[in-house]
Amino acid sequence: MLPLSTTIAHALPETILAVGALGLILFGALRGSRTADVVAEIAIGVLALAIVVILVGAKGRGEVFDGAFVNDSFARFMKLLALGGSLVTLILSRDFLKREGIDQYEFPILVLLSTLGMMMLTSANSLIALYLGLELMSLALYVVAAFHRDNVRASEAGLKYFVLGALSSGMLLYGASLIYGFAGTVSFAGIAKALASGPSVGVLFGLVFLMAGLAFKMSTVPFHMWTPDVYEGAPTPVTAFFASAPKMAAVAITARTLAVAFPPIQSQWQQIVVFIAIASMALGSFAAIGQTNIKRLMAYSSIGHMGFAMVGLAAGTQAGVRGVAIYMAIYLVMTLGVFAVILSMRIAGHNVEKISDLAGLSRTNGWLAFFMAMLMFSLAGIPPLAGFFAKYYAFLAAVEAGLFPLAVIGVVLSAVAAFYYLRIVKIMYFDDPAPAFDTAPFAVRAVAAVASFLILAFWIYPAPVVEAANAAAAALF
Amino acid sequence: MAQVFFFYLFAAIMLASAFMVVAARNPVHSVLFLILAFVNASGLFLLAGAEFLALILIVVYVGAVAVLFLFVVMMLDVDFAELKSGFLQVLPVGAVIGAIVAIELILVVVGWKASPTALAGASAPATPDVSNTVALGRVIYTKYVFFFQAAGLVLLTAMIGAIVLTLRHKQGVKRQSIPEQNARTVETAMEVKKVPSRAGV
Repeated sequence: MLPLSTTIAHALPETILAVGALGLILFGALRGSRTADVVAEIAIGVLALAIVVILVGAKGRGEVFDGAFVNDSFARFMKLLALGGSLVTLILSRDFLKREGIDQYEFPILVLLSTLGMMMLTSANSLIALYLGLELMSLALYVVAAFHRDNVRASEAGLKYFVLGALSSGMLLYGASLIYGFAGTVSFAGIAKALASGPSVGVLFGLVFLMAGLAFKMSTVPFHMWTPDVYEGAPTPVTAFFASAPKMAAVAITARTLAVAFPPIQSQWQQIVVFIAIASMALGSFAAIGQTNIKRLMAYSSIGHMGFAMVGLAAGTQAGVRGVAIYMAIYLVMTLGVFAVILSMRIAGHNVEKISDLAGLSRTNGWLAFFMAMLMFSLAGIPPLAGFFAKYYAFLAAVEAGLFPLAVIGVVLSAVAAFYYLRIVKIMYFDDPAPAFDTAPFAVRAVAAVASFLILAFWIYPAPVVEAANAAAAALF
Repeated sequence: MAQVFFFYLFAAIMLASAFMVVAARNPVHSVLFLILAFVNASGLFLLAGAEFLALILIVVYVGAVAVLFLFVVMMLDVDFAELKSGFLQVLPVGAVIGAIVAIELILVVVGWKASPTALAGASAPATPDVSNTVALGRVIYTKYVFFFQAAGLVLLTAMIGAIVLTLRHKQGVKRQSIPEQNARTVETAMEVKKVPSRAGV
């Protein structure tokens, strides 16, 4: 048993989030429903505090709670991304929720609890911790998807996400039970030790079911079906949340599970990851072409991007995990920027979501069009924007690991995907102007501007992100 | 010998009643068969020496969950006959998928080979001197405190979610306000009207 101070030091960000969420529930319940502003501001403060604590807090590697919870540089890197995603989402959501009349104090609390689940998931070092973190994250997500409960589409999105999510949790649990039956332990290190003496059919079945559950959370093919409907139906800030923070945690735990618990059967899981990568990239590239709704388009885009991140993971090397970490960091910034632009799409007080509403944006709102164009170029992977480097590091790892066909397919499919990103740029710059948008709130404009700036400036000084990702990847091998 | 007999007794009744849960026409009978399945499962737990789990199963599942099911079945007017009407049409497809899954699972079980180190890891240290309850109490707040607290947070989130999605503050409902009642004075509570004679109010 470790001393309590060590435990607290390694789990301090989680403790802050848990205590903050509980305190805010009490505050909101006692002060009534008109406290949404204060609760949201405190929640943003709690998230910022957790970020600071991770940056200055316990370094090195620490396993606490009897080995169920691990704090290493990989966990810290991915936690910073997830916290950043949640923080920006909360900032983006304020104005939208107020205008839609769903500005309840529970929203920031649910985001906090979901983020806590993500952090527990990122640090999970045993199957039970994985499952509990996943459920805490997902349960809060189901509720925020249906948060606009008087809206039919939002309710449908929430229900659909809940039913399919429950199914995927069931598959994950079934796989976990098969793995436990094989290894006799739920700890990742113990599973790797048990596997060293050779695999059996049963444990492979377990791994497949486990991967099915995780692929659902990452929204990768063939478990992506919920994504377009949920992204389209949920309120836009919630969609921004779905597309950013939970993906960080889901990808992090997938990488940790495969790299820490299953290295002896790497050749087996590599096939699964390669299939997921190719199928997701292909579907994300081709299915997005025919979309007319920008949120639906972003859903397919996120499926495709998860596929590109999986290319790095398929390599199964330290360079591969580094590629995944860099990819997720850049993907997070791009996604938040695009959703800030989508949140600015409001004509005469009504939200619009059609791609055709962006027509001629360069003449009605030059800066917004410029930000969106930069983000689209980056999503397409055009150098020297950050999105190019994200794909570069992922494909580099695949090539180094000898997965040439995978890398070639990835490059070809990213060229296909470039079509619909560039089409949006063409619509904004060369089509006849649609009605101008209302002036967006300052926070939304600021997020779009900062995201575009980071994307533009990444190539000048990429060292901090690349070095941090390198250190993070080293923690898993 | 008695143990073996009771094992097969409990297991057979449990399987039969689990089948009846699905097959029974009357939904109330389904719930009652579900309770029978739970009771037999707790008998199996008793045979395995897990008396705490056996009693928890009765208390939680029979006492709370099954009774809740009964309430739902009786209170909601769900036409189960209609729900099952499409059953025969989808039966062939379902049967094929079910058969494939069953064959795969049998293959897994037949080919099952646990890791040689599995048993050493799985067997908990024997605690013959204490009861299950004490043994659980020793680890749940020490070794497994993280899981325990995380499960608590999951349940709290579920509760918040249920309230957020279903609670509606109705407008125009008259609620009792004791301070307001106490603050009433003769002036605010009474209105004196002059009634002219023989004119009515």
